[in-house]
Amino acid sequence: MSASVLIAGIGVISAIGNNIAESLDALESGRAGMGDMHWLDSFHHGKLPVAEVNLNNKQLSGLSGLPPTISRTALLSMIAAKEALADASIENFHQLRTGFISANTVGGMDKTENFFKFFLSDHGKGRLRDIIHHECGSASELVAGQLGIRNYISTISTACSSSANAIFFAARLIKHNLLDVVIAGGTDALTKFTLNGFNTLMILDQEYCKPFDENRKGLNLGEGAGYVVLVSERVLSSLKKNPYCSLSGYYNANDAYHQTASSPAGTGSLMAMKGALKQSGLSPADISYINLHGTGTQNNDISEGTAIKELFNPSYPKMSSTKSFTGHTLGASGGIEAVFSVLAIRHGIIYPNLRLTTPMKELPFVPETKFLKNEKVIHVLSNSFGFGGNCSSLIFSKL
Amino acid sequence: MEIKVYIRSTANISPQKTFGESQSPDVAVEYRGNRLTCIEPDYSKLFDPKLIRRMSRIIKMGAAAATTCLQKAGVAMPDAIITGTAYGCLEDTSIFLTRMIENKEEMLTPTAFIQSTHNTVGAQIALILKCHHYNNTFVHRGFSFESALLDAMMLLNENHYTNVLAGAVDEITDNSHAILTRFGLYKQKPVSNFNLVQSNSKGTMAGEGAAFFALTNQPAADNDAQLNAMTTFYKLKDINETGKNIISFLKDQSIDINTIDLIITGRNGDKKGDEIYNHIAHAVFNNHQSIDYKYLCGEYPTSTAFALWLAAGIVKDRAIPAWVGKNSKNRSSIKRVLIYNHYQNIHHSLFLVSAC
Repeated sequence: MSASVLIAGIGVISAIGNNIAESLDALESGRAGMGDMHWLDSFHHGKLPVAEVNLNNKQLSGLSGLPPTISRTALLSMIAAKEALADASIENFHQLRTGFISANTVGGMDKTENFFKFFLSDHGKGRLRDIIHHECGSASELVAGQLGIRNYISTISTACSSSANAIFFAARLIKHNLLDVVIAGGTDALTKFTLNGFNTLMILDQEYCKPFDENRKGLNLGEGAGYVVLVSERVLSSLKKNPYCSLSGYYNANDAYHQTASSPAGTGSLMAMKGALKQSGLSPADISYINLHGTGTQNNDISEGTAIKELFNPSYPKMSSTKSFTGHTLGASGGIEAVFSVLAIRHGIIYPNLRLTTPMKELPFVPETKFLKNEKVIHVLSNSFGFGGNCSSLIFSKL
Repeated sequence: MEIKVYIRSTANISPQKTFGESQSPDVAVEYRGNRLTCIEPDYSKLFDPKLIRRMSRIIKMGAAAATTCLQKAGVAMPDAIITGTAYGCLEDTSIFLTRMIENKEEMLTPTAFIQSTHNTVGAQIALILKCHHYNNTFVHRGFSFESALLDAMMLLNENHYTNVLAGAVDEITDNSHAILTRFGLYKQKPVSNFNLVQSNSKGTMAGEGAAFFALTNQPAADNDAQLNAMTTFYKLKDINETGKNIISFLKDQSIDINTIDLIITGRNGDKKGDEIYNHIAHAVFNNHQSIDYKYLCGEYPTSTAFALWLAAGIVKDRAIPAWVGKNSKNRSSIKRVLIYNHYQNIHHSLFLVSAC
């Protein structure tokens, strides 16, 4: 198996920016993406803040080159994946064995919701074009088609850890020498289905979320897409610029505790972090920064925090939840946070955990609350934990 | 990949009597119309009644197939659980969506939403087993099962993985059937599944199923089969490319085409789609014995899991069982089987299975 997998390109879109440059600027100036709903037409308008991408579907269509009538999930995916591929600037891309591994949680649900309104009253009604891309895999194929990828396409859906698992699977396809270049990450658009689903679980904060704060009240849902371009060492010579970093560790474990809740001890989280460290050959002290899963729910933050305490006590790396900027983008979050992790290494920066005023009593550490520059960021641990106890950790390392 | 992968055991809930005491039913079940529905087992023999009440149909089918498969393999705790599902948990998705629309986003309860998540089946298996190991779910249309299987095969070639549980689940619901019917996927006039392949008209019959495989890299006399290789190809340029891909797949495995004893094809009765199978029968294969499987399970994106189950059973017994492939003449000494399927001429896959 090939030795290491390198990150050659990145692309992102979320409520804080439509590309890498805008996202970096928002992260540095502490500008969060939450607000009132603009595009989502929901009963919860004005009551539940969300982190929407600042463009309507027509504008997204313009940026992506895909038709405006298709799912926002595919439009967002296309924009970030295209940015990542252009950023990688691989000269002979079409001569290489290429793959697209994407993730999402509800596929074309934004359009399905509309279809269903009509379909429920009469099974002969509802426009078929609104449901044709319902399947999760459909958005991936639309985007792969535009990018000219045909060798290998797949889609992963493991709730909130989906795109971390996509990146992880992509790295293994390269290590097994099945592919040379893989664009991997995930996408999710805000939908009424997920907003109402999370609302029934009573884990949505009616104000802007406060991850890792003693008085945290839940998460804010967001939307977006984030992709990294993974390449094998053999492809290095075809790159016009140096890769950002390597993906040195990854691990998936299952909490096996409850369908939606995390175990109090953070069993799955701890196993995921430990496994990723072991695979990268690193010890906890080597980690410079943790991009937390940090949703802002009571349950996640104490569970993740307890696992971090168990693993890192007594000396803690800097850490923060960038969900305080982007909201929880579900199937996209692992991809978006992978991009932020890569940027932390490239620019030597640490992101603030916004709105953290009262540290959690149970934890002996406090996430970073200020934007830090000129930091020595060598190894970044990125956590993504999802429903079904699905826990994944990735480690990105400076070359 | 260098390390050999074996199918240690299988379990399959399908529209045929494939689950239970005897893995091989006496006769095939006939369906008329355009839909084949899974014959579900008595779950009370498998799970606690409280658990059964909480689980939706697809979760029950998946969990029953998975746990039974592991029991047969004698594996208490797999090193990984990998699931493929194109549509996910449709029934719960539909329930939550319907209530959300009818109640105008008010007075909703979380159960259906929780269980609508695509990785619910894999997660429930982990919960039942208390399995903390690797757990992944692939949701890529006609490649969902193939992706899960590739992940499993890669794991078995990596360190620390000995036993991997991989499988596929997909369900038809009344709503999904109504919608897919509008897309023209199914026969407009009712047919019998026994005549599906000869129907010579547009469309097929809808199917569903839950099949799991205990895969291992450890050779053993009581393994069911060896999974030599599996590959996929996506959106082929023309019909000739299919043949070329099959030939190069066999070449990669250093397999002489004449040593294949049986071809299992994904013919589904759709006149246009089946042309590809007719073409390769002449262009690639010469007088190879071939059987179809979709008249038994119906058409659905993860139906290749049914085909792999069938192939594993055939090479295990080294014979085609009496209830399938009525026209097959040489039913014995079957040691090597090639499965070729395409889903809507977009997702093509090949599986090579041999006797241990």
